Amino acid sequence: MGANIYKNKKPLFFFLVPAFLFIAVFLYYPFIQNIINSFMSITQLGQPAKGMNDPWYTNYVQLFQDPNVGTALVNTLIMTLVTLVGQVGIALILALMIDNIKFGAKFFRTIYFFPIVISATALGLLFNLVFLRDKGMLNQLLELFGKTTLTDWKAQGIALFTMMLPVMWQYVGFYFIIIITGLNNISDELYEAAAIDGASKLQRVRYISLPMLHNVLCTVVVLAVTGALKVFDLPWTMFPKGMPLKTTFLTGTYMYYQTNEVKNVDYGSTLAVMIVVLGVILSKVVNTIFKEKDY
Amino acid sequence: MSKTMTVKKKKPFHISSAFLYLVLIIWGLTTVYPILWVIQNSFKDRNKIIVDSFSLPLGELFSTANYRRAFNDLNIFEAYKNSIFISAMVCIIVILLAGLASFALVRYDFKLRKLLNTAVLASMMFPVFATIIPVVRMESAMGIAYTRNWWLTMLSVILPQVAGNLSFAIVVLTGYIRGLPIELEEAAFMEGCGPFYIFFRVIVPLTKPSFATVAIFAFLWSYNDLFTQMFMLKRPDTYAITILLNRLTSKEGTDYGLMAAAVTLVIVPVIAVYILLQKQIVKGLTAGAVKG
Repeated sequence: MGANIYKNKKPLFFFLVPAFLFIAVFLYYPFIQNIINSFMSITQLGQPAKGMNDPWYTNYVQLFQDPNVGTALVNTLIMTLVTLVGQVGIALILALMIDNIKFGAKFFRTIYFFPIVISATALGLLFNLVFLRDKGMLNQLLELFGKTTLTDWKAQGIALFTMMLPVMWQYVGFYFIIIITGLNNISDELYEAAAIDGASKLQRVRYISLPMLHNVLCTVVVLAVTGALKVFDLPWTMFPKGMPLKTTFLTGTYMYYQTNEVKNVDYGSTLAVMIVVLGVILSKVVNTIFKEKDY
Repeated sequence: MSKTMTVKKKKPFHISSAFLYLVLIIWGLTTVYPILWVIQNSFKDRNKIIVDSFSLPLGELFSTANYRRAFNDLNIFEAYKNSIFISAMVCIIVILLAGLASFALVRYDFKLRKLLNTAVLASMMFPVFATIIPVVRMESAMGIAYTRNWWLTMLSVILPQVAGNLSFAIVVLTGYIRGLPIELEEAAFMEGCGPFYIFFRVIVPLTKPSFATVAIFAFLWSYNDLFTQMFMLKRPDTYAITILLNRLTSKEGTDYGLMAAAVTLVIVPVIAVYILLQKQIVKGLTAGAVKG
C-alpha cells in the first residue's frame, strides 16, 4: 500500500532538486575547485587565476618549507590534545559528580551551557578583557592574592596557553550534556543491585557508569577531535595574525591569514587541502583507537 | 523492589556531598562570573575598570557613557538587523529545502537514493576552510559578492551558510521522518491528496519538533559564525554582529569600556533567549553535533 502513494516519481524532481543543487554548487563544486586552485596562481579573491603555477606543485613544496605551517600543525595538534583531555575529562568528571547530587542538577546544566550559545567572537573579546595585561580581571585577581607584578598573558611562551584555555572551556558544557544523557540511560536497577552487593559509590562509578558510557565517550572523543580542527573565531579574535610573532597560528587561522592578509589565495587553497588531509588522518586514528562496541 | 527505593535517596548528606557541590559550583563560577563581570564593568567609566573591576557599579561608579558611545559610534542596531536577517533567511531556506529533500529520500524508492544519501553524509565532512575560496570566487564572478548592493551582499553570505547547514539538517530530518507511521499518509492518499498536499499538511505538522531542532541550530550557527561573514561582509553597512565585534578589537583596542558594553549588548539577548528556550536549544545544538 505505502509504495502505491509514492509510485508516481514525477514530484521527486521538485522535492530533491533545490536541496541537491545547493549541495552540488556550494559544497561539491567548491571542494573540487579548491584542489585545482592549489595548483594555480591567484593573487586576488575576486579575480580570475593567472594560470598554472610553474612548476604546478610549487605550493606543495612551499608547504613543506614554510616554518609557519610547522607552527600551525604543532599548535593544532596541541589544541586537539588539550581539548580532548581537558574538555572530555572535565565534562566526564562533572557529569559523574552531578549524577550523585540531590538538588540543583538542572541549575548546573543550565549554567554550564552558557558559553556554548554565545558567539566565540564575543567570548574572544570578553577574554581579551579578562587577560588584559594592563589590569584585566585575572591580573587584578592575582593582585588581590598578593602578586605584585603584572603578567603579560599574551607574551610569547604563554600566549598558546591563553588561547587554548577559553577554547577548551567553552565546549566543556556541550560534552557534559551528552555524557549526562548517556548516564541517564543507564538503568537505576544496575546501581541498586550493586548497592545491595555492597559496592561503594566509587566502585559503582568504576564498574557500572564508566563501562556503560563507553560508546558515548567514543562519540564525544570523535566530536572533540574534529571540533578542535574547526576552531577559528576565538583564536582569530584574541590573537589575530598569529601574534605574537606568528607563534599562535592554527591551521585554520593560518589559512585565513594567507588568503586574506598575504593575498596568496592559491597557497590558502593548498593549506585548506592540508586541513582536509589532516582531518581525514586524525579521524581515522581516533576511530581505530576509540572503537565503539556492540553489547 | 519498589522504584522509590533508589540508592541516591537513602544517602544522608555528608562531607563527600559538600565536596561535590564545591567542585560543581567552582566550574559554575567560571561559566557565569566572566559574564557578570563584563556586564558590571560595562556600567563603569572606562578608567575605573582597570582600577577596580570587582566592585558593583553603584553610586559614583555607575555610568552609562559606554553605552552612549556604543550606540553613537558603533551602529550596533544596524549590525543586529543584518545578523538577524541573514540568520532568519538561512534558517527558513534550510528548513524548507531540507524538509522537501528528506521527505523524498525517505518515502520514495528510486535508483539514485543510496548515492544521494551517501553524498549528503560525505558533504558533512567538508570543512568550511576547504570550500570558502572557490565559493567567494564563484559568487564574485556571478556578481553576487563584493557589490554595492545590500541585498546581494546579504545573499552572498546566506547562500554558503544554507549549504553548510543543509546536509546536517537532512540527516536529522530523514532520521525523524523515517520513524513516522505511514498510515496517516495512506489515509490522506485515500482521500485523494497528492504528494505535495501530503507533505505540507501531514508530514510538516508531524515533523515540527525536529524542524525546531534544525531551525535553532541553523540560526545560532549562522548568527555566531565569523569565518564566512569575514570573507563576504566588507562594507560597514553590511556588518553583522560578529564582524562588528571583531573590528572593535583592532580599531578601539584600548577603549575597554566600549568593548565591555558591546560584549554585553551581544551576550545578554542571547542568554535571555537561551533561558526561555533552553530545552529546545540544548537539543538543537547537541543534535548539531553530527554536523561536520
